[in-house]
Order: sequence, then structure tokens, then C-alpha cells
Amino acid sequence: MHLVSELSAVLATSLFIFALNWMNDPKTARRGVIAGVVGMSVAVLATWIQPEIIHHAWIFAAIVLGFAVGVPLSRVPLTAVPQRTALSHAFGGLAAGLVGTAEFFLWINEPGGGHITPFRMGALVLEVILGFLTFTGSLMAAGKLQEVRWIPQRPVTYPGQNVVNMGVLVLAFALGAALVVNPHAPWGAQAFIAIAALATLFGILLIIPIGGADMPTVISILNAYAGLAAVAMGFVLDSKLLVTAGALDGSSGLILSIIMCRAMNRSFTNVLFGAFGKAQPAIAAGEQKPWKQETVEGAAQLLEQARNVVIIPGYGMAVAQAQHKVRELYDALTKRGVTVKFAIHPVAGRMPGHMNVLLAEANIPYSALVEMDEINPEMPQTDVALVLGANDVVNPSARYAKSTPIYGMPIIDADKAKTVLAVKRSKNPGFAGIDNELYTLDNTWMLFGDAKAVLADLVKQFGGGGIH
Amino acid sequence: MTDFGSMLFVFVLATFIGLGVIRRVSRLLYTPLMSLTNAISAIAVVGSIVVTGADHPLTIRILGAVALFASMTNIVSGFMITDRMLKMFKKQ
Repeated sequence: MHLVSELSAVLATSLFIFALNWMNDPKTARRGVIAGVVGMSVAVLATWIQPEIIHHAWIFAAIVLGFAVGVPLSRVPLTAVPQRTALSHAFGGLAAGLVGTAEFFLWINEPGGGHITPFRMGALVLEVILGFLTFTGSLMAAGKLQEVRWIPQRPVTYPGQNVVNMGVLVLAFALGAALVVNPHAPWGAQAFIAIAALATLFGILLIIPIGGADMPTVISILNAYAGLAAVAMGFVLDSKLLVTAGALDGSSGLILSIIMCRAMNRSFTNVLFGAFGKAQPAIAAGEQKPWKQETVEGAAQLLEQARNVVIIPGYGMAVAQAQHKVRELYDALTKRGVTVKFAIHPVAGRMPGHMNVLLAEANIPYSALVEMDEINPEMPQTDVALVLGANDVVNPSARYAKSTPIYGMPIIDADKAKTVLAVKRSKNPGFAGIDNELYTLDNTWMLFGDAKAVLADLVKQFGGGGIH
Repeated sequence: MTDFGSMLFVFVLATFIGLGVIRRVSRLLYTPLMSLTNAISAIAVVGSIVVTGADHPLTIRILGAVALFASMTNIVSGFMITDRMLKMFKKQ
């Protein structure tokens, strides 16, 4: 039986690595899902048939419930994928925290307490801290993304916030250290519960000061935490399979966090403690240059006469559910021989890769989706840049305005295109709360209105035979 | 008895493999990547199965069952939504 579980763990681990490896190309990626499912099934069955498992009905019931909730969760609209992802980080954290708690109480009630060593206690403390802080932190993030009414969207800050947050975390770790040094202490259970409670509280406090623009980074960091919680669980349960799978998840979260931070020119600490997206007190000094508004007819003409068009989508496109209208515009333009590409900023949307998924859903071929670094050299030769619900990622002041929070953030060079058409819902500033001077440049024309409605009007211009 | 050294060894090697493999993942697929790694790290399900199914006191088994439910939800929704998204990526 031991051999079966060892061999199945090796097989599952290999399949997981293959699964991730196949994600390097959209052509092979679906194979990765199959490999993952097979690996997971092997691991579950090998554990289930172990002789110490006797309460089969319980396991069966929990699995059925998992399916009952999991299947609907996999069918959410793609605009809601960031929330679903945050929710699944929360579930991962919860599972780690609960298993850690269960193991702790099993072990301290054991006669002799032979299981409890300082090393195991350390792993347990880490598992429970990471698990519960990921649980509540991710729930908060999911709530903010879902725009739940009683969770404020804008960052909430107060004086001494970082001191309070760090205090809670330091206290949890101090109690943990006391338990490691003194694993058989009579106050162990109380200390352990206090650690779990402090971690739960810390998760909430951590997300309160974080705003929408930082969500791609925060989701990635929570992903890394969820992975590390699984690693800690592996150390507790002495399971190499858990350690490996958790490490794969953790390194994925780490890499995505680094990419997201770089795409905003910010550090981890700055994201977690910087309260980005607070409305900046009146940076826009000097006179406001006037906007130049364009009619739908004029915009359609500009687009039709262009040889190449770069569309720059942002979260505004997702909010307006405009991706299918984008596809219609893409079709209308390509049919007329216009080359259309999409410029994707790494932090566009609410999670890494969000724009790509939304556009793929609208049947836009992925060969038309171009990363920021690749499209920027082409921008000066671009006839029309169509900015669709993107704001901070095309703001030229990121290049030089040191006083703004977006200073130094790499941007898509929309302003270098010969003509810029910007579709914007209102005249309000973006998430970073800063004016966007792109909108008042000489070569920029504004189209005000809901992205979906504006696009529908544009497409009508092409379809209705209005212009030729 | 836990062999701390060999567990740490596995952790460090797995992290390096993870970093190497993830770095090569297509930038188009970061959203499905996250849901896939989510499902994979729900391998914590094996820990929950032992806690739920073994001959433990009732309260322990309840904690285990909730953890098992949470992991199973991640496995099911993670793999299914990953596949759903990947199906949408077409070259032409």
C-alpha cells in the first residue's frame, strides 16, 4: 500500500509538470488539462484506498458537494473570472488552514505527543497563518472585484494602518515562535487558536487599502500564498506530492506577481502597503487643455481610410461587455483590408491575461493579440490607435510626471500613432485618479459614451453602406 | 519521523522546476494558467481525505470534510474553467 501511494505521487507530480509545460503554447494547452485531471484522479484514488480510511460516506459526500459548487463556479461569465480565481485562492487557503488546525488538535491530544516536534510545529504555524490569511484576504479581494456593496471599492486608509497591520502579523508570528520553542506548553491550544484568529484578521486588513488597479498584482500574490500554504501542509503531513504541487503553484504566483509589479513599475511592498489608487490631491495644475470630440461618422471614416489600426482594450471594455462588438468592428475592418491588431498591456483588466481571455471569447484569433513590448515599436507607423476603455496604461505622463503614482510605469505608446481615437465613458480620471493628457493631444479625438454603444454605432456605419 | 532535509530538498528542486516551466508559459494564457495551478495545488485534497476518512474524533473529521469540500470545489471548477477558456483560443 505504501508503494502504491509513493508511485502514484511520482506519477501525479510528473503529470502536473507536463500540464504546466504544455501551457507554453495555446495549441498544446488543452492537453495540460487532461494531464492535470489524470494526475489528480490518480492521487485521490491512491489516497482513498489506503487501509486507514474507513469513513467512505463522509468523503463521498464532501466530493459530491464539491462538484455541486464547483461546476456552476466554472460557468461564470469571463468578466467574472478574476472573482472566481480569488474565491478559489480563498478555498485553497481555507483547506490548508482547516487541515492544519485538525492536525494540531490531533497531535496535542495524542498520548505522549510524539508527533509534535519543533520542526512540525513550525510547519503547522506557517500553514495556518498562510492558510487563514489567504482565506480572508482572497475573500475580500473577491468581494471587491464582485463589487459587493459593503466592501468599499476604493482603497481605505487610515493613519497608522501599516503599523496596525504589521503588528497583527508580528504578534501571530511571535506566538508561533513561542509554540515552536515550547511545543508541549499547556497554553498551546489557546495560542494556536489566537494565531489562527490573528491570521484571519490580517487577511482582511491587508486587502482593505488596495484598489482595483492593483488587483492583478494582488491576485498573483495571493496565488503565491495559496501555493506556499499547500507547501507548508506538505511539510506537516510529510507529503512530497503536496510540497511539489504547492511549489509549482507558488512559483507560478511568484512569477506572475513579478511580471505584474514590473508592468506597474512598483515593488511588492509598495503594492501591499502603498494604497495605490487613492485620489491624488490636485496634481493637474495649470490650465486644462480642451478635448476635441469626434462624431461616429468621422471616426468610421478615419478607421476605414487607415492601413493599420491598433485597438488598445482596457477594463472599461469588459465592464461595458463590449468584446463582441469589438469582434464585429474587427471583422468589418479586416474585410476592408485594414490590418487590425490588439495591444495588450500586462495589467490591463483585473487579473493577469484577462484581456486575452475576453477577446478570445469573442472569437478574435490570438495571432492578433500583441504584447506591449512587441507593439510599441510599431506604434509610430500606426494610422489609428483606438483606445477602448483603457486609461492609465496609455497615459503619457507615466514617462515623466514624477509626482503621479503611475510614474515609470511602462505604457502602450498610443500617443505616437498618427491619429488617436479614444472611447471613454465619462470625463472622470482613471483608477489611479490622474488626468490623462493623451485625451488632449493634437492628434487625439474623443468619442464619449458607453464602449458597447459607441462600437455598435461604428459597426453600423460600416454595415449600413453609409460610407464606401 | 519527518526527514526535514529531504523535504526541503524536494521543495527547493520543485520551486526551480516550477520557475523554469512557468517562465515559458505563453503570455496569452496567464488567466488559464492561474486557474490550472489553482486546481493543481488543490492536491491538498489528499491531506483532507486522510483527516476526514481516518478513525478520528468527530470534530476533526468535520474540519477535514469542510477542507475536502473546499479542495474538491477548486479541483472541479479549476480544471473545468481552464478547459473552457483554452477552447476559446483559436489561431485564425
